[in-house]
Amino acid sequence: MKQILVISGKGGTGKTVVAACLAVLANKSVIADCDVDAADLHLLLHPEIKQTEIFTGLPKAVIDQEKCTSCGECVEACKYNAILKNDESQFKIDTISCEGCAVCTHVCPVSAIFMTKHEAGQWFISETQFGTMVHAKLGIAEENSGMLVTTVRKEAQAIAQKNNLEYVIIDGPPGIGCPVIASLTGVDIALIVTEPTLSGIHDMTRVLKLANSLGIKATCVINKYDININNTEKISDLCHNTETPILGQIPYDESVIESIVAGVPLTMHIDNNTTAVLKQIWQQLKEY
Amino acid sequence: MIISFASGKGGTGKTIIATSYALWLSHKHNHPPIQFLDCDVEEPNAAIFLKPKINKTISVGIQIPVVDTKKCTYCGKCADICVYNAIAVIKNTKQVLIFEDLCHGCGGCTLLCPENALSEKSKEIGVLEIGNAGTIKFIHGELNIGEPMAPPLIKEIKQKAFGETVKRRNGETEEEAQRCKITGKQEEINKQTNNQLLFDQFTIIDVPPGTSCPVIEAVKGSDYTVLVTEPTPFGLNDLILAVDTLRVLNLRFGVVINRDGVGDKKTEDYCRKEHIPILMRIPLDREIAVAYSKGIPLLEVSSQYKTAFSKLHEEIVSNA
Repeated sequence: MKQILVISGKGGTGKTVVAACLAVLANKSVIADCDVDAADLHLLLHPEIKQTEIFTGLPKAVIDQEKCTSCGECVEACKYNAILKNDESQFKIDTISCEGCAVCTHVCPVSAIFMTKHEAGQWFISETQFGTMVHAKLGIAEENSGMLVTTVRKEAQAIAQKNNLEYVIIDGPPGIGCPVIASLTGVDIALIVTEPTLSGIHDMTRVLKLANSLGIKATCVINKYDININNTEKISDLCHNTETPILGQIPYDESVIESIVAGVPLTMHIDNNTTAVLKQIWQQLKEY
Repeated sequence: MIISFASGKGGTGKTIIATSYALWLSHKHNHPPIQFLDCDVEEPNAAIFLKPKINKTISVGIQIPVVDTKKCTYCGKCADICVYNAIAVIKNTKQVLIFEDLCHGCGGCTLLCPENALSEKSKEIGVLEIGNAGTIKFIHGELNIGEPMAPPLIKEIKQKAFGETVKRRNGETEEEAQRCKITGKQEEINKQTNNQLLFDQFTIIDVPPGTSCPVIEAVKGSDYTVLVTEPTPFGLNDLILAVDTLRVLNLRFGVVINRDGVGDKKTEDYCRKEHIPILMRIPLDREIAVAYSKGIPLLEVSSQYKTAFSKLHEEIVSNA
C-alpha cells in the first residue's frame, strides 16, 4: 500500500482539484480528506455516507458550582487564561480557550473541577464511485485538528489494508502546523501543488523543508505555471537544488473553475491539455 | 479599531486585500496610527506585499519541563498527569523522557511534582519580526518549521501589539462596558480610555485560513472581520464554516467577493439570505493575478481600487 499526500503550504493553489483527479485516475483507491477544518473534496467526489463516528478530542474542564469556593487557585494555575469570573462572580471555563490539560482539576482544593468529553467533530466512512472515502468535519471553533487528521488517516489505512488496495490518496490541509505534520507523518510520497507567485514560492519552500525534515519524499507540480514564467523558473531552480522532481506544469485553465462549479473532478469534466498533464503526473507517481 | 481579514478557504485573496487596505489607509491625509499584524504564522505572506523594514526580531518560546535527576524519585506523577503524553518515566532504568514536540507548555508537571524536581525552560517555537512599512507599524510571526503549535506565537503577536489592553478586551462584555459608564470607577475609566485609544488606532490582522484554533486566536477581540471569498462551491462551503465560527465567537463581519464573475451566484444568494453585507467585489482579472504573483498590491494595479478601498473603508466603519 502506498500513501500519496497532496499538500501546498499556501492555500488555494489547487490541492483539492489535483487530489480529486488522482482519486479518479487511481481507480479504486481509498481517499482521505485531511483538510478537516475546511474540507472541500466531498464537493467533487460526492461521497455517500455509510458510517458516522463522533470525534471527542481532548476532554475539557467543567466547574461544579455547588462545590466551588471561588478560591481562585485554578485561575493561577491555568496557563491558557481559560478560567474567567462571570457577572455573578462565579468561575467559569472558557471552553474555546481550554486546552484540556486538566491542571485545574489537580490544583482545586475541593475537587470541584472535572474533565468531560465533548463532541469536537465527526468523521465519516463513505462510498464514492472511485472508492471508499474517509473524511471529517471538525466542530466549530474546535481544536485538536491534528488528532482528527490522525483518526482519518488510520481509518483510511485500515480500509486499504483490509481490501488489499494499492493506494491511499490524501488531500492535505494548508500551512505547516499540527494538522499538516499529522498528514505528512508516514506517507510514502508528498505531492506539493504550488503556483508561480511570490507567496506560493515562499510557502512551498517552508512545506518542502518540513517534508524533508520528516524524511518524506517530496515531488512538485506547478499550477497556473504560465501566470508568471519568471517565477516558474525560480520554482524549477528551487526544485533542482533540493532534488525535488517536478512531475508536471499545469497551465492557467478556466475549465478548472467550470469543473468545480459542475461538481466534477476535472479529468471527468473535460479532456484537454490540463488533464493530459494530470494523467502524466499520476503515471509518474505510480512509478515512485 | 481592530479589523481582521479571514477566509475559511485559503488562496481567496485575504493577504492582498488586507495589505492593500492598510496601504490605502496609510495614504490618507491625517490618517490614524496603523498597525498591521500578520497572524498567518505558518505561512506569513503580508511582508511580500508591504515590504516592511524589519528592525527587531524576538524569539518566542513555550515553557517546557527539565528534570533535575538529583531530586527525581521516578514516581511517575508527571507522566500520569500529562494529557499530551509528553513525558514518560521508566522506573527500572531511572529515566524521564520528555517529548518536547508533544508538550503544550501547560506547566502541570512542574507545578505538581511532589519532589520539586521539574523546572521550566523556554523552547523556541518561532520568531516575531517588528518593523515599519512607511507609516504602518508591522508585526509578523514566523513559526519554526516542524513546530506544530501556531496559537502561542499568534498570542505573542497580539500581546506585543496591544499589551495589557487586549486581555481586558477579550474578557469584556457589552454589559460590563455599560456598567463602567454608570459606576465611573477610576480603573474602569482607564479601561474606557484604553479602548478609545485602541479604537482610534487601526489594527489590521491577516488571519490564517481554516476555522480551528489558530483562526480563533487571531480573530479574537476584533471589532470587525472581513471574510474574503470567491464565488465557487469551494469558496461558499468554506465561507459558511467561517461564518459559523464567527457567530460562535459573537463577532461582526461582512464579505468581500474576490474573482467576482467566476463560478455561480450561490455565494450572493447565501449572503442575502443570511443578511451578511457584501462590502466589496473584485472582478476576475488576469492583470490582478499577474500583479499578485509579483507581490504588487492592488492599488498599484489600477487607480480604480482607490475608490474601491475608500468604499470598503466606509462599509467597515459603518458596520463595525
